[in-house]
Amino acid sequence: MDKLLHIQNNEKVNRADIPNLPFDTFRRQLLECAAAGGKVVQFFAYEDQGVSKLLAVMRTDKLYVGGCDAPDSFASLTVESEIFHMFEREIGEQYGLKAEGHPWLKMVRYHANYNGKKDVFDNNYKQEIPGNYPYFTVEGETVHEVAVGPVHAGIIEPGHFRFQCCGERVFHLEIQLGYQHRGVEKLLQSVPMKRMPIIAETIAGDTTIGHGLCQAQAIEALAGLQVDEGAKIVRTIALELERIANHIGDLGALSLDVAFNPPAAYFGRIRGEYLNLTQILGGNRFGRGLVRAGGVTHVMGDEQKKLLRDKLVELTPEVEHVNHLIFSAPSVTGRFDNTGKVSRENAEKIGLVGYAGRASGLNYDARVSFPTECYGELPANSNSRTDGDVCSRGLVRREEIMHSTRLINTLLDKKEEAKPYTPQEIQLAPQSFVVSINEAWRGEISHCILTDDKGGILRYKVKDPSFHNWTGLALSLRDEGISDFPLCNKSFNLSYCGFDL
Amino acid sequence: MLQVIKNRLEQGHRTSKYPKEPINLYKRFRGLPKVDPKCDGDLLQRCADACPQNAIDAKNCRIDLGRCVFCGLCETLSGGRFATFTQNCEMGTASRDDLFTTGDLPALAEHSKKHFKKLFGRSLQLRQISAGGCNACEADTNVLNTPFWDLSRFGIQFVASPRHADGIHVTGPLTKNMRAATITTFEAIPHPKVVIASGACAISGGPFFGSDEILGDLNSIIPVDLYIPGCPPHPLTTLHALLSYFK
Repeated sequence: MDKLLHIQNNEKVNRADIPNLPFDTFRRQLLECAAAGGKVVQFFAYEDQGVSKLLAVMRTDKLYVGGCDAPDSFASLTVESEIFHMFEREIGEQYGLKAEGHPWLKMVRYHANYNGKKDVFDNNYKQEIPGNYPYFTVEGETVHEVAVGPVHAGIIEPGHFRFQCCGERVFHLEIQLGYQHRGVEKLLQSVPMKRMPIIAETIAGDTTIGHGLCQAQAIEALAGLQVDEGAKIVRTIALELERIANHIGDLGALSLDVAFNPPAAYFGRIRGEYLNLTQILGGNRFGRGLVRAGGVTHVMGDEQKKLLRDKLVELTPEVEHVNHLIFSAPSVTGRFDNTGKVSRENAEKIGLVGYAGRASGLNYDARVSFPTECYGELPANSNSRTDGDVCSRGLVRREEIMHSTRLINTLLDKKEEAKPYTPQEIQLAPQSFVVSINEAWRGEISHCILTDDKGGILRYKVKDPSFHNWTGLALSLRDEGISDFPLCNKSFNLSYCGFDL
Repeated sequence: MLQVIKNRLEQGHRTSKYPKEPINLYKRFRGLPKVDPKCDGDLLQRCADACPQNAIDAKNCRIDLGRCVFCGLCETLSGGRFATFTQNCEMGTASRDDLFTTGDLPALAEHSKKHFKKLFGRSLQLRQISAGGCNACEADTNVLNTPFWDLSRFGIQFVASPRHADGIHVTGPLTKNMRAATITTFEAIPHPKVVIASGACAISGGPFFGSDEILGDLNSIIPVDLYIPGCPPHPLTTLHALLSYFK
């Protein structure tokens, strides 16, 4: 790792300072880092003046960046370390660079590549069907296949799932996404600055604050904008409210999936109460329009503080009681325990993040490792059960709800008030690079911006935690009953649109 | 069992009395914008240029609710002299043209397709299709099934199969990758059927307008009967639109 550059979260770096290594050295450096327990934050291709390049940001307890000129085809890193597998598939799809020897080089989102190179997967994109591809199959007399989606039975996003089963038992689940692909990264590289926050907030609607914040921080770093203490407090509270609302909604849904209806009804309503708290802060239930580069659009005054505080006093015991109801019911724990296990070893191999990772014993929390906003001064959370099953993922989320509530109460006691918002012209520094990392409710989100010599955006890279974790869902289904799929799925609750971009 | 009863008592009865009693939203909520027609021309142009969604028609001094994402920037920039966002959620329309507005929308209940009221007024089963949305529209539609809103008390349900449905409720900017699935789902619904475009994406491409990976307008492939603007539409906007259009 000695040849990679050590950087900070949200630090503006001159692109000239990023080591441009020979490919073989670059590959060895990344693999060394991975072998030492390092994980991939970003690994992507881009083009600069007609030359294809690769860039990687790795994390241990520190952040490192390095790059190289990309050969049209290169020796796959996945062969030696699985944590690169999805990134190499994405690089092939976006820039036509082929990872030779990749064990399962299939498309990620199903779209033509950005630079008109020969398609790595030999797809004909006139056929608008992401699922049109030879799926992994298991053969045998008692083996059968179940295909689900893209349109699902509920009000859910589209995706295609193939189960290879023996009776009720699942041997293998293959997940094909891409139906939600809107071309987000290409848009972010081409639209005027005024559209950037609107697009960031809709990368994954349930993570509006998470993605909006990542972008705002990246732009602030490149444009040299300062954020006052009061705005940081509002942003941190908004990110924690987002976490609570989603965790509560999912715990209710988990309960529904094991046919225990009362908690589902209660949490369905209570989730809405937390969304309404975000609305009190910024005028929208999802936090749209609240976070902007340079601060927040709405000041949190005494009136808003009181509304938040009073509501939290009312809701917190209710939440605890309903959680107790869920996790003390034998009919619930009977289904949650030992279901959908992802071992710590496997979680480590594929680099699970967020509550899914923590439930499998990977402690990583970006709020602790690479703190932004107010997190540097706030206490960390710890988890009581990390067996990697549905129950662990549920309990981690239960504990995070209470932790987030404490954080919000601490922040509400602070005196600093944000300055009123004034929209400003933004000019990004030329020939620069920044990576921003935040722990959104699903886990580590990262945005990365590279600028050209005029300060225009050369490459905008988005990574939603779901990009790591969908593979975790597939693994959790191995050797499970197919009827446990909804339960496993909800315990991860991954984003289709955040993955599909 | 005792636990269940204890929680039941604590939770009580929470279903809203809407539409008999109104639901009041906090003053910061951004609903239907009200435009000042006498707004200064320079200021109007400044707002139109700054609008991230290009949703302001400066020539006619109005806002296109089909493109607007209710970010509130024009209100901030103009200090309320061009537009103010009211707490009024009632924004559904029966035609695309009606969404170009200064803040006065025609009464939705008076739309021309009266036969839908007779057909679906007492029972409406919808199939939801998410066609590239960010999952916010989906989430705030799902909310209608929670006890506070309790959509089924109006005879309206979201069903699992298009074969059971009276129409489709589409969210998202219609990605190329969802075009085929959207059309197949629509075709699987028996006639007569109704088409609802929900959210800025399904109406105009929303935040993703201009992307070559989307179609960006549901109406270009399937004629739309009911438009529900918003990014995402507030549950109350959707509920009001469904009740006014079908009841």
